[in-house]
Amino acid sequence: MTDRVSSAATQPSKASAKSWRRNTGSRKRRRLTIIAVALVIFGGAIGLILYSIRNNIELFLTPTEVTQRHPLPGARLRIGGLVESGSVVRASGNNNSFSVTDNSHDVKVMFVGLLPDLFREGQGIIAEGAMNAQGVFVADQVLAKHDEKYMPPSVVADLKKQGLWQAGAPKP
Amino acid sequence: MIVEIGHFALILALALALVQTVVPLTGTLTRDASLMAVAAPIAIFQFVLVTTAFLALMYAHVVSDFSVANVYENSHSLKPLIYKISGVWGDHEGSMLLWIFILASFGAAVAVFSRHLPNDLRANVLSVQGLIGAAFLAFTLLTSNPFMRLLPAPLEGRDLNPILQDPGLAIHPPLLYLGYVGFSVTFSFAAAALISGRIDPAWARYVRPWTLIAWIFLTLGIAMGSYWAYYSLGWGGFWFWDPVENASLMPWLAGTALLHSVSVMEKRDALKVWTIFLAVLAFSLSLLGTFLVRSGVLTSVHAFASDPRRGVYILAILVFFIGGSLALFAWRASALKPGGIFAPISREGGLVLNNLLLTASCATVVVGTLYPLLLESLTGQKISVGPPFFNLSIAPFALILVLSMPVGQLLAWKRGSFLGAAQRLMFAILAGIAAALIMAALHGGPVLAPIGAGLAIYLIFGSVVDIYSRVFARGATSATALARARGLPRAAWGASLAHAGFGLTLLGLAATGWGVERIVNMAPATTYALGPYQVIYDKVEHRKGPNYDETYTTMRILDDNRLVAQIEPSKRFYPARKSETTEAGIKTLWLGQVYVSIASEKLDGTVDARLYWKPLVSLIWLGALIMALGGLVSISDQRVRIGFARRAGAARAKAGLQPAE
Repeated sequence: MTDRVSSAATQPSKASAKSWRRNTGSRKRRRLTIIAVALVIFGGAIGLILYSIRNNIELFLTPTEVTQRHPLPGARLRIGGLVESGSVVRASGNNNSFSVTDNSHDVKVMFVGLLPDLFREGQGIIAEGAMNAQGVFVADQVLAKHDEKYMPPSVVADLKKQGLWQAGAPKP
Repeated sequence: MIVEIGHFALILALALALVQTVVPLTGTLTRDASLMAVAAPIAIFQFVLVTTAFLALMYAHVVSDFSVANVYENSHSLKPLIYKISGVWGDHEGSMLLWIFILASFGAAVAVFSRHLPNDLRANVLSVQGLIGAAFLAFTLLTSNPFMRLLPAPLEGRDLNPILQDPGLAIHPPLLYLGYVGFSVTFSFAAAALISGRIDPAWARYVRPWTLIAWIFLTLGIAMGSYWAYYSLGWGGFWFWDPVENASLMPWLAGTALLHSVSVMEKRDALKVWTIFLAVLAFSLSLLGTFLVRSGVLTSVHAFASDPRRGVYILAILVFFIGGSLALFAWRASALKPGGIFAPISREGGLVLNNLLLTASCATVVVGTLYPLLLESLTGQKISVGPPFFNLSIAPFALILVLSMPVGQLLAWKRGSFLGAAQRLMFAILAGIAAALIMAALHGGPVLAPIGAGLAIYLIFGSVVDIYSRVFARGATSATALARARGLPRAAWGASLAHAGFGLTLLGLAATGWGVERIVNMAPATTYALGPYQVIYDKVEHRKGPNYDETYTTMRILDDNRLVAQIEPSKRFYPARKSETTEAGIKTLWLGQVYVSIASEKLDGTVDARLYWKPLVSLIWLGALIMALGGLVSISDQRVRIGFARRAGAARAKAGLQPAE
């Protein structure tokens, strides 16, 4: 109540209790308006987040997980792993195919387009796309990392699990 | 020897930072003026020490002293001088030193430019600044010391990551850090206000220039980073919703909201608690960004440094500052008196809407960035949240924001008329609709492109309506118009410029819908159509750079048989790191760009290439430059000039008026 004194003081002295009440009433209403708008906006934000997170997230799988889980053909996902040595075939028309491996399983990947600079055999990459009906991963984007020492953390975790991780060799 | 001096200076700076934290705060608590007065000289001396350390590391890089581990890891004797200098912050340790250097610079700047501040506020601000400095100095010295020596010293360095050997590295991180760290000043002011429990329009006037400075640098830093990614990654994208990019966008959104709420507080003494909250939020998000980038928790193209120990330490800093400031906030916010009232349709109301929309967008970015991390740490399930999520969840807010920006500018303080504003915007509204229809008819393209372009035109015209009508009022001659233009507050000019700049950026983004992309196997002397131009590939050759071998192609860009430009897209191979980079051939034609990047050459003399025609693309970054320029013009406004608040206060006191409290 005390903070209203200042607003009342700005009223002309003639202002009766009636106009003061009107003023405080509208102050409450104003505050309510702002709160209502805030609720609408943040409610909208939450709704949008929930809606779009359901449809627009991509699972990140390792080759082993791909073999075990059999993701549905056409479902968007990312796979991460090392480019298997000797698997890269660069055909005409920018048709590339290669295998991504985590040293226990591998997935065949097809990609039409230019491969990134750091793409080479034995290198960690991430491919985005979907599986086709033949069990081949059709990528629409292939990412290699800035650093030649880089390896997707999931691959590091998997290699560690399998005891293939050489500490110190690729210093992350 | 010089390296050891630098190392020693850094340790001494940590000790001083601790003193700077404890002594002035003790001074304000015990009301001891001599203890409070210690803050400023220490802040300045701390700056001198950190500068010494920074220059020492730079010296080691310039003379290629490979006995320093940091130099060995990131430098090479053949590397050009500019990359030897910028390579200082090319890796984790150096970046942290740059962060601290900028923090110390801001600390010293506050100490120098705050002579007119009330003593206790000044002491508290510098004390909090000292605490931040101490935390990061300790972090750097304990987990990421750039001055470690190697024995025996290697003969040659491992070279800097080639993708970082670019002028972009010299500019982008310093700008970005100036923005991030700039928000430490507003944070310190907010914490100081919470400690003392007092906050008034004068506080907002002290804080506003610092907020503007941080915002300008962050805007430039983000734009520069985006342009760098655009030209150096070779696939023509300029924003990837990569977590590290989001890390810089989050404080920008919060900072932009802060900028607007500070002006409400300054003019109308309202939104106090909210402003304090935003100041805390902006810096917390800067810290979160630092944590995300530096801890290596992200699967990101930027994640070139990671070490679990560092992650835990930064997380501790993060929890301490965010948790501490929010606790202080919860404890003290009720002590802050609420201020002036206003109608929902008013300038204040518009700014509140702006704040709500910006923080909602910011929350969306935070969720999209952190959700995968949280999910992975809780369930082990790895997911990625990509561009579709962000585009879909932020677009509605961006739409309302753009529609309401010009309206808000035309509303009066306290109580405004929506219809009046809409009437004055009629021209801008019609221009926007006309632009959308014309572009749709002429170019077609995805439906969002003409809509975006129409919105952008509406925003650009709508942003200058107020200035225009005030300068060219009825019956104005050119002389009176000029006088009026001079008489308008610079802050009004700044706001209009910044809003129009945002409109330009939006126009550039919308125009991407009309871009052309071709991936072709180019044969020599063949013409390839590309939007309004044609590209002819002439030859491929090799040459040697200072520390790389380059395969470059020569291509001509024709406009109906008339030669307009020649470009040399190339690939560089850096032997020291055995890695390649793509150097795109880019030619700016009017506001659009022809962008060509090549993959490896084939034996038959053909070359695989990506060809892009990107109409109006340069507006994306030009718009950001104009936004920053708007901020600069606002800073030059007399009313927000650092040091003005005291004079205004004194004048008001003389006139027997008191600020409305």
